[in-house]
Amino acid sequence: MVKKIEKDYSRFRAIVRGQIKKELRKYITRGELVGKVGKNLVSIPIPQIQIPHFRYGKNDGSGVGMGPGEPGTPLEQGEPGEGTGAGEQPGDHLLEVDVTLDELAKILGEELALPNIKPKGSRTIQADKAKYTGIARSGPESLRHFKRTYREALKRSISLGIYSAENPIVVPVREDKRYRSWKVREVPQNNAVVIYMMDVSGSMGDEQKEIVRIEAFWIDTWLRSQYKRIETRYIVHDAIAKEVDHHTFFHVKESGGTKISSAFQLCTDIIDRDFNAAEWNIYPFHFSDGDNWGSEDTRRCLELLETKIFPVSNVFCYGQVKSAYGSGQFKKDLDEKFGKDDARIITSEIRDREGIYDSIKDFLGKGK
Amino acid sequence: MSGTRGVKGGLRTGGGIREEIAQLATKIRGYALAYGLDPFDTSFELIEHDELNEIAAFGGFPTRYPHWRFGMQYEELEKGYLFGLQKIYELVINNDPCTAYLMKSNSLVDQKLVISHVYGHSDFFKHNYWFSQTNRKMLDQMANHGTRLRRYVEKFGETVVEDFLDACLSIENLIDAHSAYSPKKRKSTEHVEDLERDVTPRKIKSKEYMDRFMNPKEFVDRQKKAIEDEIAKKRKLPEHPEKDVLLFLLEHAPLDNWQRDVLSIVRDEAYYFAPQGMTKIMNEGWASYWHSRIMTEKVLTDSEVIEYAEHHAGTLGTQPGALNPYKVGIELFRDIEERWDKGRFGLEYERCDDMERRRTWDLKLGLGRKKIFEVRQIYNDVTFIDEFLTKEFCVQHKLFIFRHNPQTNRMEIADRDFDKVKEQLLFRLTNMGNPIIRVDDGNFRNRGELKLVHQHAGLDLDGREGRDTLKNLFRVWKRPVHIETMVEGEKKLLSYDGAKVEEEGVDAE
Repeated sequence: MVKKIEKDYSRFRAIVRGQIKKELRKYITRGELVGKVGKNLVSIPIPQIQIPHFRYGKNDGSGVGMGPGEPGTPLEQGEPGEGTGAGEQPGDHLLEVDVTLDELAKILGEELALPNIKPKGSRTIQADKAKYTGIARSGPESLRHFKRTYREALKRSISLGIYSAENPIVVPVREDKRYRSWKVREVPQNNAVVIYMMDVSGSMGDEQKEIVRIEAFWIDTWLRSQYKRIETRYIVHDAIAKEVDHHTFFHVKESGGTKISSAFQLCTDIIDRDFNAAEWNIYPFHFSDGDNWGSEDTRRCLELLETKIFPVSNVFCYGQVKSAYGSGQFKKDLDEKFGKDDARIITSEIRDREGIYDSIKDFLGKGK
Repeated sequence: MSGTRGVKGGLRTGGGIREEIAQLATKIRGYALAYGLDPFDTSFELIEHDELNEIAAFGGFPTRYPHWRFGMQYEELEKGYLFGLQKIYELVINNDPCTAYLMKSNSLVDQKLVISHVYGHSDFFKHNYWFSQTNRKMLDQMANHGTRLRRYVEKFGETVVEDFLDACLSIENLIDAHSAYSPKKRKSTEHVEDLERDVTPRKIKSKEYMDRFMNPKEFVDRQKKAIEDEIAKKRKLPEHPEKDVLLFLLEHAPLDNWQRDVLSIVRDEAYYFAPQGMTKIMNEGWASYWHSRIMTEKVLTDSEVIEYAEHHAGTLGTQPGALNPYKVGIELFRDIEERWDKGRFGLEYERCDDMERRRTWDLKLGLGRKKIFEVRQIYNDVTFIDEFLTKEFCVQHKLFIFRHNPQTNRMEIADRDFDKVKEQLLFRLTNMGNPIIRVDDGNFRNRGELKLVHQHAGLDLDGREGRDTLKNLFRVWKRPVHIETMVEGEKKLLSYDGAKVEEEGVDAE
């Protein structure tokens, strides 16, 4: 059945689509969105177009509410304006919905028309996994199966004739006890590791790092939806590279020169040490403003990519964040060497926050 | 849970469930009538969530004119439903006969509750004075609007009609909701013959040689100016500031016939929906009051109590930052009933300051039921709150004012003072929460420009939206438009001349 609303709905979507990129960009670029990933829930706005009216602004944001508390008590969740009737504030232009990261990834995938990733076939291995599906007569007390134990005790007491309906006391003895036990099953597994590398030399400012942070969040979200398990590693570098944790990665401030090859070398070392290329889907991402220290080092970078990184990676991604100081040379070098169509590498330039949207599409749009 | 199974079983047999609902409705109607309710004939339609969301998106009218915002509302409702955030149980349309849509997936207990609730609304529609002027054949009327608009779309093109409709919708709240109840003796505005009146000033009688002392030149000039001003005022259009801005535009804006018709459709529908905005608290309170009485006193079986209680509590639940109209409404009706039952009203009670005596005050008058029926008949939210929100109620139900605290950047409870709470609440309800805006001059600066005046009452207009609305108003008036308002304590005139929006200060005259 074709619904009457269908026409109005597609009209609305058409209007939004003219806007949809803007809308989506708007919430992708909203930094605080990432901050809300607390209990695995984020708010995503449903696009709404507000017909403008003469109405009150929100200059004091006051209203009438109901409930306990002394003056000065902050209101809990349930924000004003969500309710109806007297307490009604001018509504927000965006309705925020809490969705899980899985749903978020799905929405991202739909809006950006991202293809599903095909894990490399030969690298899909069988892993042993324990499942607690069986019952055993012995085991640790922490795995005792309460119900089954009582059932055994009841069976025993009835068959012994000591059970009385008037005084139904059932006391299990040791022989009655039943425990959960596991069976080992083989499950197919595909794992991925994302290795983020970032240039933290002086020319990368806070804004550039924020862009990398937002972009990394969306890449993580998408890859997480595609793989059972995902690991992330972080490398920062100026003239030398070191591995750091998530927090440090986005907050460290270094200065000094830039030797990209140092990061690539460390990346290779990490892969060799921790990630067997036959078992892992490997995604190295490198972000910088495009400056490198001398063509000698660049040559070394290209060589490392060609011989060490490409052979083990699903795809190598390079994101060049535009900064006031960066020359942007490195992307040119990469494109020159490998050409635009090399399937092993994806390069993307991110001019500003608005550019994140296109850049994500560049990186993930190939389904690799 | 047997109720749920009953519903599903009914679905499979087809028609069975409808019959069951029809029987339930007849039974509940009987109870409602016995309590003294007098609803319209009400028919119940059982539909699936997507259909219900569709009709809800259309504002209750499946035959409405085409517009993208209905599609937007549909998306919001449907996504909300699919994400499990919200669910519409029922929709009831103010029409004679009354139509109510029920969600098919409701459990049987829910259906009982919802049917009882609907009869409350239906009675309210029929008897509340503020609904007396609404079109009771609105289902038909809306269908007519739809047909007309579709015809214009075919003739003039979708984008052209939609653009104009968007502009009209942008100003749809500029109506005078009270005008429906006091048909104005509209003086003919063409009444101009006294314009050419004599402007000879009145002189103080005096001998000729005294004249220049008795009537000095300044005095004469002042008189003359006063008379001229008087005439200028007469010539002004409208004579008195007109709150029904849409009517003024209909009568005076240079519109094509189809545009005038589109504007009148928007205006008709705005007036139709206005009483629902004016009686939100009362209407929901009344319906909730009756569903709770009918359910707990007549309909519920023992096994259904828990499920009913859960649903009822969900409907009346409060969030700290928002006032639930269901909750405030039902509690006020209960409070009124108790007060009139016990005689807690009138001078003697008001003047009594012995708290213990007040607390136990009971004259056993038993007037409560009669009183609440009277209240549902003649009050609207503003008068309802004004008259019946008492200090005791405010304390008992823990009402407060919240405010944004810039130091902590949080919403905080600011005050529990009764007078302030009431004032704030009344302010929010006045004019359905819309700023009061009137047409002041249809020939501003003697250039055929339109000037609106915002009667500032403490809150500024939203600046960004105000500008956009002004642009839309220009598309209707087709000459420069202005609105006088206050921005951060200063009087400003916001103008749009078709090219850009300008803001200028207004000197005190």
